[in-house]
Amino acid sequence: MSEIVHTFEGYSAAWFGPEWGPALFLTVKTLLLIVAIAIPIILCVAYLTLAERKVIGYMQVRIGPNRVGWNGLLQPFADVLKLLVKEVVVPTGANRFLFVLAPMLSLMPALAAWAVIPFAPELVLADINAGLLYLLAITSMGVYGVIIAGWAANSKYAFLGAMRSAAQIVSYEIAMGFALICVLMVSQSLNISDIVNGQGRGHFAEKGLNFLSWNWLPLFPMFLVYFIAAVAETNRAPFDVAEGESEIVAGFHVEYSGMTFALFFLAEYANMILVSTLAALMFLGGWLSPVDSTFANAVPPILWLALKVAALLFCFLWFRATFPRYRYDQIMRLGWKIFIPLTLIWVAVIGIWMQTPYNIWSGS
Amino acid sequence: MFETIVFYVFAAILLFAAARVITARNPVHAALFLVLAFFTAAAIWLLLRAEFLAIALVLVYVGAVMVLFLFVVMMLDINLDRLREGFWHHLPLGLAVAVVMLAETVFVLGGRYFGLATLPAPGDPGTAYNNTKEIGRVVYTDYIYPFELSAVLLLVAIIAAISLTLRRRTDTKAQNPAQQVAVKRQDRVRLVSMPAEKEE
Repeated sequence: MSEIVHTFEGYSAAWFGPEWGPALFLTVKTLLLIVAIAIPIILCVAYLTLAERKVIGYMQVRIGPNRVGWNGLLQPFADVLKLLVKEVVVPTGANRFLFVLAPMLSLMPALAAWAVIPFAPELVLADINAGLLYLLAITSMGVYGVIIAGWAANSKYAFLGAMRSAAQIVSYEIAMGFALICVLMVSQSLNISDIVNGQGRGHFAEKGLNFLSWNWLPLFPMFLVYFIAAVAETNRAPFDVAEGESEIVAGFHVEYSGMTFALFFLAEYANMILVSTLAALMFLGGWLSPVDSTFANAVPPILWLALKVAALLFCFLWFRATFPRYRYDQIMRLGWKIFIPLTLIWVAVIGIWMQTPYNIWSGS
Repeated sequence: MFETIVFYVFAAILLFAAARVITARNPVHAALFLVLAFFTAAAIWLLLRAEFLAIALVLVYVGAVMVLFLFVVMMLDINLDRLREGFWHHLPLGLAVAVVMLAETVFVLGGRYFGLATLPAPGDPGTAYNNTKEIGRVVYTDYIYPFELSAVLLLVAIIAAISLTLRRRTDTKAQNPAQQVAVKRQDRVRLVSMPAEKEE
């Protein structure tokens, strides 16, 4: 494989000269890799929507979609086709440019974040030193899509939804960031591959019980905070007041139709997959196998990661089917008065713990 | 060559966005152009291999500060005509500030023309260079006191901002979740046991 790549690099240098050849080669190679990552993610998004309808259907003793394809397996494509042929209505008095830009702005960060996610050892588009920082920065930009959508639509309900969403996302980002700071303190690295590899070492890992060495156990409160904050960040039930069908009809995307609406949908589900993958990488050992046995080690690493992500995504769907929506002031109280103090204290606890002889993290 | 072209593309976008921040008529557009300017500045820092500064700029300014900025600007009922009042009145002061800032920039950037000692440009640090680690090392060793002082200053600013805006209102009907959660069944429901009554 690497020989073929090198051959093409040689061709590129030969055809376009030593100045432009490598640059052009790098650009084309990166673009191809981006397509190779983005298309599976969009397919995952499509089937996550189907999984959501099926899972919630079974939880509510219904069958869910079962008409298109075998047991409804082609339902996502039918939905996409339906949305594609619908008209995109731009309301009178809306800011046309921003109205069309907003859905793209909400999808872009959700896809751009995947650049630094390692799917297996060495299987990553950009293995950068500050990977975790990059993720925090890129995911914090997703809120612009929501705010701009709410403002540009020139509608009261959309605007209310955008305001709620902006306040909520900014609040929970702080708790989320502090939870991740605990992770990077114990792994002493911002590189995501290093964070995963660091979880494969420790007292229990030597005895073959790898899953007890992962970060979820010593950082259990942070794992909970991270996952709940992740649900709030993605505007999912029970924290979906930004949409709030019963009060503000659909929140920020009430005026959107057709493909522009579908992009918001896509962004929401892509974000769900992203935060679940991050939780799996930071706290559940990423691609590492849970026990050290020949059978578990024979499973390809990417499959372990996929299983963990799928389990976390199932929780998202489960929450939506079971919990009633939080009241807005309760959401704010949970974020500011419980999560932020808890994470701040836990950062200090981890810092002190690491200075004592009971430090269980040997450092990378 | 490739890097130079990328730099000029980013620089052009940055200048355009910065110019639009002060010329855009709509305040929300101006705030969004400021976001674009921050983001492009971060990209230029990345070209200088200062990835920590670049990402911190995006994380802090684009991800948090500008969101709150937009939040406020969108809520304001801004009358553009009122804003334009007094343009000629404020022009001399504004021009004076602009000239001073321009002169300072010229002195800093063109130091060699004024006989100032200049440091040589740092060489290419290579791919193994870790900007985050370097900054962390310097900040927590050589510059620990200035760093801690600025942190304390920020803390004071936070406390001051909160105490300035904190109003204890007595007329709100806000519920206290701690009390709500503490409610027991006996406080709300009384189960009455009654013998079955016979139909007459």
